[in-house]
Amino acid sequence: MPPIVTAARDGNTRLLAAVDATAASLGLRPGMPLTQANVRVAGLEIHAADPDGDAKALRQLAAWCLRYAPLAAPDPPDGLWIDVTGATHLWEGEANLLNDLVSRFSGRGLAVRAAIADTPGLAHAMARYAADPVHIIPPGAPPPDLPLAALRLPEETIEGLRLVGFERTAPLEAAARAPLVRRYGTLLMTRLDQLAGRVFEPIQPITPEDAIQARLSFVEPLLTATAFSAVISRLTVLVCGDLEQAGCGARSLDLAFERVDGSVQVLRIGTAQPNRDPAHLGRMLNERLEQVDPGLGVEAMRLLVVRADQVSLTQTQAALTDAPSPSDVTQLVDRLANRLGESRLYRIEPVENYVPERSVRKVVPLPGWRLNNLQLGPSWPEDFPRPVRLLKPPQPIEAMALPPDDPPLAFTWRGIRHRVRHADGPERIAGEWWKRESEMYAVRDYYRVEDEDGRRFWLFRRGDGSDPATGDMGWFLHGFF
Amino acid sequence: MFPNFPQPGVPAAPPDLPLPGQLRDLRERVAIIERTHSRTATTSLLPFGHADIDGVLPGGGLPLGALHEAASAGPDTEHAAAATLFIAGILARLEGPVLWVLEQPDLFAPGLAGAGLHPDRVLYAEASKAVLSTMEEGLHHAGLTAVVAELTGRLSLVASRRLQLAAEQNGVLAVLIRRSRSFDDPVLQQPSAAVTRWRIAGVPSPPPLPEFPDTPGLGPARWRLDLTRCRGGEAASWIVEACDATGRLGVVSDAAHRSDQTPARVST
Repeated sequence: MPPIVTAARDGNTRLLAAVDATAASLGLRPGMPLTQANVRVAGLEIHAADPDGDAKALRQLAAWCLRYAPLAAPDPPDGLWIDVTGATHLWEGEANLLNDLVSRFSGRGLAVRAAIADTPGLAHAMARYAADPVHIIPPGAPPPDLPLAALRLPEETIEGLRLVGFERTAPLEAAARAPLVRRYGTLLMTRLDQLAGRVFEPIQPITPEDAIQARLSFVEPLLTATAFSAVISRLTVLVCGDLEQAGCGARSLDLAFERVDGSVQVLRIGTAQPNRDPAHLGRMLNERLEQVDPGLGVEAMRLLVVRADQVSLTQTQAALTDAPSPSDVTQLVDRLANRLGESRLYRIEPVENYVPERSVRKVVPLPGWRLNNLQLGPSWPEDFPRPVRLLKPPQPIEAMALPPDDPPLAFTWRGIRHRVRHADGPERIAGEWWKRESEMYAVRDYYRVEDEDGRRFWLFRRGDGSDPATGDMGWFLHGFF
Repeated sequence: MFPNFPQPGVPAAPPDLPLPGQLRDLRERVAIIERTHSRTATTSLLPFGHADIDGVLPGGGLPLGALHEAASAGPDTEHAAAATLFIAGILARLEGPVLWVLEQPDLFAPGLAGAGLHPDRVLYAEASKAVLSTMEEGLHHAGLTAVVAELTGRLSLVASRRLQLAAEQNGVLAVLIRRSRSFDDPVLQQPSAAVTRWRIAGVPSPPPLPEFPDTPGLGPARWRLDLTRCRGGEAASWIVEACDATGRLGVVSDAAHRSDQTPARVST
């Protein structure tokens, strides 16, 4: 494959703007004159550089990154910032978020390096100068010693600092500030402070161009929740009007508070079904208002529809009474999911699996909730009674039982001995040998037992009572009836 | 261990007490005064289909737009398995969606289905600390048939009154399953605004074939059902068979007319 470079015109000379990996291994660098490159490497594939196209592509990538968090911004020429504050729990941790991000970019053929840190400056530096391509700086940790190039300074400043002996950031931090500022300007110290988080650096978040949104700015900065509520009710009416024209309903909305100090705070809400009811959306936003820190004041608010779906119009029956339609639980689902988090609101569906832990599956509440009793879906088989409380994981007990098949005569759990008066079993549940190699011979023998107080337990023995290959014959308490 | 509750079958009323009809009228008038926040004049009732129990409950059944409490007795107080099955049985005999607010996810849906509560009817919400506010949110939604919440520890009188009012306003059945790490926690017996309070304890069940006591196997479970508080009614206690696959409690034949006896005498 021939080495590929892009070239841009600078005055009368053409300079290399970017080089691919093959070209870089041959010693070509961005900024090198094209004539020189042509002399050093034969058969160079040259394309014209397209800075505007690059910037546009970067903006599109930033818009795509809104799936991770409500605030994302391009960091030209080649970087992206995502403000993941408060969004990492959706990905079960920062590491998972980064891994997902990197694997999705790699899948598109983009070589990426990523880092999470407390400040945009530090994240920018770590993504470029950390040894590993995916790097996370734990919250509150001081910035490590970095090369000066990590500071986003003009080339002359870096060169000048190098002349007086500064190669890395740590000595710079330790040096007296005033002479450095006088010699190199305030930008140097601003960058150092931004790196360490002593100065706040706002990022300019982008919005997708064709998104439905409404923005209101205020003459006087707003501070109170009452004022925010009033603005929310106006914004939701505006946005819902646009949604109606588009025939859509919102599935996900961001409310951005643009503060006087230049920072942006965002509330994100989601709905279970496409919705364009201003009152409902406004109520959901109002419930989250306490999470907003207005700082010195909010000068503008923007409501952005992040995701919208088509609304299927259905004929509603004219109500003879003022009672709300009984089957409409959509609003309740939205409000509870908004309050508790979507993963904590669910229905449970049966799964065709005999292993008790695997016989249930959490599903999203909507859509697909069959509320009409006539259309109830499948349930679990009634022939095998199951406990109403299940211990996760099963708790080991000491039990006395005659092998191989007799139920225990007595068992001890949490130091209390229970004498078994009645028992039923065994119900043998074999491991899924067709799915899992480790469960080739595994067997559990379940017993329902009642102790002398009349309490009922669900016990099992790991193994069939005679063949050690099926389990170690340990007894466990798995549930209560 | 348990207080002595008044016996349900009170002997014939002395002549100077009001007649049963007058008493019913009075109760209705008091109920109308109490239900200031209700949309409807009368609340609907769910009978247990068990003459002894329905006879004690005012109106002959469990009022639906109201707050009820249920707890297990003894060592089951922590996991409240019997109380949960009892509530599942009540819900199984109603129709429509149910919101079940959980503190910790140890509920096993196939067990609820075994008492007749179909999985498609239940929406689960893991609320950890926000159990009461989530429950209240659910009660404000008339689309639900019932809201069940599991609560460990204390319940203030104010909080329970809020729930009772919300349940009354929308006619939604509200049930609190009270749990506690300590057995028979006195906290669970503190006063609240709940209309009824139930305590369920397993009692030894007879052998599956009473004629052949040595036959192995497990018959239907038995509970001692204590109604420890009932607004407008009296406390009572029964021995019943645990609810079946349709949520109905069974009559215990050998204890039919001795419901207030101690369990030990019933099961021998």
